[in-house]
Amino acid sequence: MAQAEQVKHDQALPPYPEKATLEGKNKFLGFWFFLGGETVLFASLFGTYLGLRNGVADGPTSQELFHLDLVFYMTMILLTSSLTSVFAIINMKKGNYKGLLGWMWATVALGVAFLSFEIYEFWDYTVNYGLGFTTSAFASSFYTLVGTHGAHVLFGVLWISTLLIRYAKTGLTLTNAPKFYTASLYWHFIDVVWVFIFTVVYLMGV
Amino acid sequence: MDPHVSDPSAPLKGGPSKKTEKKLAKEARHQVISFVFMIFLTSVAFLTVASDTIPNRFAIPFILLIAVVQVLMQLYYFMHLNDRGNGWNNIMLWTGIFVAVMTVPTLMLLIGVIKF
Repeated sequence: MAQAEQVKHDQALPPYPEKATLEGKNKFLGFWFFLGGETVLFASLFGTYLGLRNGVADGPTSQELFHLDLVFYMTMILLTSSLTSVFAIINMKKGNYKGLLGWMWATVALGVAFLSFEIYEFWDYTVNYGLGFTTSAFASSFYTLVGTHGAHVLFGVLWISTLLIRYAKTGLTLTNAPKFYTASLYWHFIDVVWVFIFTVVYLMGV
Repeated sequence: MDPHVSDPSAPLKGGPSKKTEKKLAKEARHQVISFVFMIFLTSVAFLTVASDTIPNRFAIPFILLIAVVQVLMQLYYFMHLNDRGNGWNNIMLWTGIFVAVMTVPTLMLLIGVIKF
């Protein structure tokens, strides 16, 4: 690449590298617009689930299905992954790029662990309890709500690992700082949604 | 914020100023404390439901309250909504929450679990 031959002048680390450029600021603001919309998306899925959760037809009920211990592990994993991504951002603001990458990889690993638990859970319900997507209104709304959240986790895992691979060797710049920052915001948002899922779906369904 | 940023792809060198460093250390401390508190709240919610002695009439509003507290901690400590200059972000999120709060009971009523 021709770019590599250009002499790059190092810049001093600003206090908010994610908001130091206009593009970074706009990304940051636009991302919150998106999160406001996501809130409404999940609200409609929660509303649907709460409306349909007693419509179990001849299928199993939530009381027969839900295992609190599994949900507790999943919750702890996701909460911890929120903390690791907070550490990643603190390291970014300190200019410690290795620390940023390391904590982000930890976040990805925890996300994958969470997803494995969820896939096991869905497999268990489908195979051992006979709860297919079309078994009952409860089944459809449950799989749609929790599955949409799971899809968000998967997307987050792919997003963050793409960033980590793409920027593995560049060091912290004003281009990638906002990208890592919005990715961590997204990850926290996934965690926020999960807090309501474990409360409204699992704890209220046991 | 330096308006004379010439090359956004140039590596950022050096560390934060003493003042920023202090601020970051304080921020990290707050975040660890709120994380511990969040774990505590989560455990309380699970225990409330797992122990059969607490009646549902009390347990459900209680765990919902705990969830709201925990989410506010996430939003303000982890997602930095309390930082200066985040006015528009707050407006967007709270607009979303406002619509969400109306959406959930509306759908519940329309589908027909609650009847008045």
